Amino acid sequence: MLKIGDHTFQSRLMLGTGKYPSFASQKEAVNVSGTEILTFAVRRMDIFDSNEPNLLEELDLQKYSLLPNTAGAKTAEEAVRIARLAKASELCDMIKVEVIGCDKTLLPDPFETMKASVQLLEEGFTVLTYTSDDVVLARRLEEEGVHAIMPGASPIGSGQGIVNPLNLQFIIEQANIPVIVDAGIGSPSDASCAMELGADGILLNTAVSGAEDPVKMAEAMKLAIESGRLGYEAGRIPQKTYASKSSPESGMIG
Amino acid sequence: MNILVNGRTLDFPNEKATIAELLESYQIQKKIAVVEHNKQIVKKTDYEHTKLADGDHVEIVHFVGGG
Repeated sequence: MLKIGDHTFQSRLMLGTGKYPSFASQKEAVNVSGTEILTFAVRRMDIFDSNEPNLLEELDLQKYSLLPNTAGAKTAEEAVRIARLAKASELCDMIKVEVIGCDKTLLPDPFETMKASVQLLEEGFTVLTYTSDDVVLARRLEEEGVHAIMPGASPIGSGQGIVNPLNLQFIIEQANIPVIVDAGIGSPSDASCAMELGADGILLNTAVSGAEDPVKMAEAMKLAIESGRLGYEAGRIPQKTYASKSSPESGMIG
Repeated sequence: MNILVNGRTLDFPNEKATIAELLESYQIQKKIAVVEHNKQIVKKTDYEHTKLADGDHVEIVHFVGGG
């Protein structure tokens, strides 16, 4: 069970809702993924064409928790404004703090990210902060009281998987709050690997929405995350340099 | 009067217009949306008595797909 602030979840997969090839595949992918947390962005409504389908309006909001993000913000002030707008919907109290500091890599600005997180904690949000894989920053965010830290595995949408598993391991080992690996996951094995390292959950979007078959990939990710978690809980064997027989040496046929 | 809605200047005829009337005129009153009036978030219960004035800035936002 995953516990974030006052919320508890059975699924450890958080699914982004951006860039699906069709509305139908998006709905089906959400369904088969088994996710209970869906991320959204906050944007201006096109009031001249308000009839475009909106996933949120077709969702059973008893079944899903919304995790709006502050994507688009480059300063703490902008992030706080977006977060307040999201909360005013009265549909959620969780916020994914995302303050981008570099357009090319989409890596977060650590100073503005910290500032926004602290402000939103003061305002009573359940704060999940998207960070780089910086170990000290993750610890400092935890000390400020964020409810979960979300280190990126690699740049957003890059599909490169976990480029620095050691940093991720350090972050997971020191954390007393959930660590959700967010961004950069490309394949089910990436997700499974993060879970085997001891991550509490995975947030992904493009890995599913950009797959040739998003619905099938959603199921693959669900299974990979479950499998990685089970593997972590089971405790893997230590790695050895040389072989060690698994069949008995006695009773050989003469 | 002119009001700036989501970055676009609209000529809104009714001098006594409210946020509620603005939403109704674009048939978005039932949509899941949040309204900011001159940088202040307007509660849904205040839509009917928040009056618009010439030069006001209004943002109407909603949730869209994102990661």
